[in-house]
Amino acid sequence: MTLYFTKDHEWIAVEGDSATVGITDYAQAQLGDVVFVEVPPAGTQIAKGKEAAVVESVKAASDVYAPVTGEVTEGNSGLEADPALVNTSPEGDGWFFKLKLSNPAELDGLMDSAGYKAFVEGL
Amino acid sequence: MSEAAEDVIEQTLPLDAWHRSQGARLVSFASYQMPIQYEGIIAEHLWTRSHAGLFDVSHMGQLLISGTDAASALETLLPGDIAGLGANKMRYSLLLAENGGILDDLMVTRRDDGFYIVVNGATKYDDIAHIHDFLPEDVVLNHMDEHALLALQGPEAAAALSRLIPGVQALTFMNAGDFMLDGIPLWISRSGYTGEDGFEISVPEERVVDLAERLCGQPEVKPIGLGARDSLRLEAGLPLYGHDLDPETTPVMADLGFAISRRRREEGGFPGAERIAIERSQGPVVKRVGLAIEGRQPVREGALVLDGEGNEVGRVTSGGFSPSLERPIAMAYVPTASAAPGTTIQVGQRGKIFMGTVTPMPFVPHRYHR
Repeated sequence: MTLYFTKDHEWIAVEGDSATVGITDYAQAQLGDVVFVEVPPAGTQIAKGKEAAVVESVKAASDVYAPVTGEVTEGNSGLEADPALVNTSPEGDGWFFKLKLSNPAELDGLMDSAGYKAFVEGL
Repeated sequence: MSEAAEDVIEQTLPLDAWHRSQGARLVSFASYQMPIQYEGIIAEHLWTRSHAGLFDVSHMGQLLISGTDAASALETLLPGDIAGLGANKMRYSLLLAENGGILDDLMVTRRDDGFYIVVNGATKYDDIAHIHDFLPEDVVLNHMDEHALLALQGPEAAAALSRLIPGVQALTFMNAGDFMLDGIPLWISRSGYTGEDGFEISVPEERVVDLAERLCGQPEVKPIGLGARDSLRLEAGLPLYGHDLDPETTPVMADLGFAISRRRREEGGFPGAERIAIERSQGPVVKRVGLAIEGRQPVREGALVLDGEGNEVGRVTSGGFSPSLERPIAMAYVPTASAAPGTTIQVGQRGKIFMGTVTPMPFVPHRYHR
């Protein structure tokens, strides 16, 4: 499994042509208490850079953009009952959706763990 | 140009460094750097509802209006019975424009040295200019900008504060008085904007760090940010100026008729009296109501109230997730015909329809110490 990160503070865990997407610990800390998450259902075609999910904190609503193009194979139904998983386990049980990559080459421009860490420290 | 530029320069609160040392995250609000949260909005909100929260509201304007004709001068600006206000008693009132639109909402207290008025931070300079224009020469307005203002709110606020300042527990809701803490002169009222019992404390700004430290040294007290202040006041059904109230809304539309004292209603003589009398008898076009929203997703300020055909007939002015009720709630202006409790309201937000039910406010019962 390889872990990638975007400048929009999403992580993508890739195994073969399947990927799991979520938001980073930095992102959840910036959002504050998450009270609602809307994830795309299985079968949804999502395109890199387009809205893929909605996350709402007590304060505000934010869009989550698809970091890569593909077809959603599973949305995290656990977030419906317990949206706070995004705060308590952003890079674990608080994942947003899984998808089948259409174009694995899109991963090339993304950061690895060390690159993302440096990126966040520079903010 | 230079004047306009000066207006937007960010100011810091007297407690700025203290907030940062407490781990606050600061944001811009009313041209101040203000603490939005410390440990997290939900935790701070629930702490205030069960213990006591300390809020820095020093951005708000504290004014003192004095002179023998101060009461009658204020009555030309406000619809409240100011002349009949007893010593050390406070009242919620509204600064009204000529057409009855709301310029600000405020608290006014009769003190020995004049009327002490607390106005909103974002509007205070406009308020001062407006009030100035209406005051006769022998009535003086003093902007007490050398004073900070703290609010201590929650069911354990009285226990915490009376340990430091014996005697404050004798105050009842909407009463105030002079107190002293180790040489710090304090003006304390039993009031606040969370729906809980609590106090608001006016303190010379050079002593506010000392006071905040002493208050947070009490086991019941934690510092609370603006985020929880907003969710607490929303649950309490209390409108926020610039969101739920503005110059386009009147006291009748805002369902704040209680702020128009009976004598004033009968005598008139305040800005917009005629329009307000007509709205009272015929009903306003739209009215501020509370909405309980179905599901878990909040509707926010700016979401549209829609009729059956999808036409915009009103607007959500505050909305969010209620930490106490664990569900989304909102305030909205809806057509008066749809303002009765139990009425179903359609709200449109970002292409999605939400169902709401008109719900009496407060959403969470007030627990004032009367």
